[in-house]
Amino acid sequence: MSLFNLFRRRSTAPVARERLQILLAHERVAGSHSQLVAVLQEEILAVIAKHMQIDRDKVVVKLDRGTEVSTLEIDIEMPAQVRAPARA
Amino acid sequence: MAKVLVVTSGKGGVGKTTSTAALGAALAQTGKNVVVVDFDVGLRNLDLIMGAERRVVYDLINVVQGDAKLAQALIRDKRLETLFLLPASQTRDKDALTSEGVARVMAEMRERFDWVICDSPAGIERGAQLAMYHADTAVVVTNPEVSSVRDSDRIIGLLDSKTERAERGERISKHLLLTRYDPVRAARGDMLKTEDVLEILSIPLLGIIPESQDVLKASNLGSPVTLADPTSAPARAYMDAARRLLGETIDMSIPTDRKGLFGKLFGRRVA
Repeated sequence: MSLFNLFRRRSTAPVARERLQILLAHERVAGSHSQLVAVLQEEILAVIAKHMQIDRDKVVVKLDRGTEVSTLEIDIEMPAQVRAPARA
Repeated sequence: MAKVLVVTSGKGGVGKTTSTAALGAALAQTGKNVVVVDFDVGLRNLDLIMGAERRVVYDLINVVQGDAKLAQALIRDKRLETLFLLPASQTRDKDALTSEGVARVMAEMRERFDWVICDSPAGIERGAQLAMYHADTAVVVTNPEVSSVRDSDRIIGLLDSKTERAERGERISKHLLLTRYDPVRAARGDMLKTEDVLEILSIPLLGIIPESQDVLKASNLGSPVTLADPTSAPARAYMDAARRLLGETIDMSIPTDRKGLFGKLFGRRVA
């Protein structure tokens, strides 16, 4: 610590406040994303379950929000042996 | 009309149990019938803070599972006849609490009491969610410190999405209780100010509890701080907060300890 720092004590609370504001702005958006993703995942699973059996972890939903472009990626891995139920 | 209040925070060690006991006793002193419920299954402590640790026979899990009646498990406070405690289990784990069982016991307590105050476990998992699920009102206990504020923000999000009221599309009223506040350090710029925390969390302020040695003294004695030393700074702050919960409008001030010459000379020695 330099001699200069000894005399000029910087208060720390404004730093805490700024860090929190930036962090929470980010986490709040991420939180609402993860909720939307969870709801989407559940509903997609329910639709698929009507027609075939599928593992829960074979449906992956990803949401990427950018400033310019946002993407919703839905990856459904079909089971090899099961075909769509035969139609009447 | 009974009110169910959850005292919650996300982070541990910020003063949930202290605040539950202090607010419960303050409300009971106004003549309301109050029960404080410990939801921290496996790590119960509200009984110890209330000074009732040797009187526990049955607990919340026994009542939820139907092994004991509510009246058998309730412990009446020795100092205030309108104050009751429903302790948590120390030996079982939180999975022994079923949602349906908790709902049934909460409904029974709503009929019997004016205030049902639920002391939430730390964290954001099942135990914390069960404690908040039936609440009409939430007290979010926060220290003026970054990790506590961040966790409170998470909890506020859960209150708005994972409670019965939220699921029905109704509002749950949320209040900030700022604890362990040191006005001198805040003025010096070394602690987040009340305004900072309020601006970040944007929920209304219920009270500011100053950092004080009286809180530890009260817990040593097994007495809510509002009963152990009613004239102490934290006790007065908790009593103001309780009156605000009852709908009174009271100026927001931070009570300070009145120190005599002796206190000024020696008060800092143990700090």
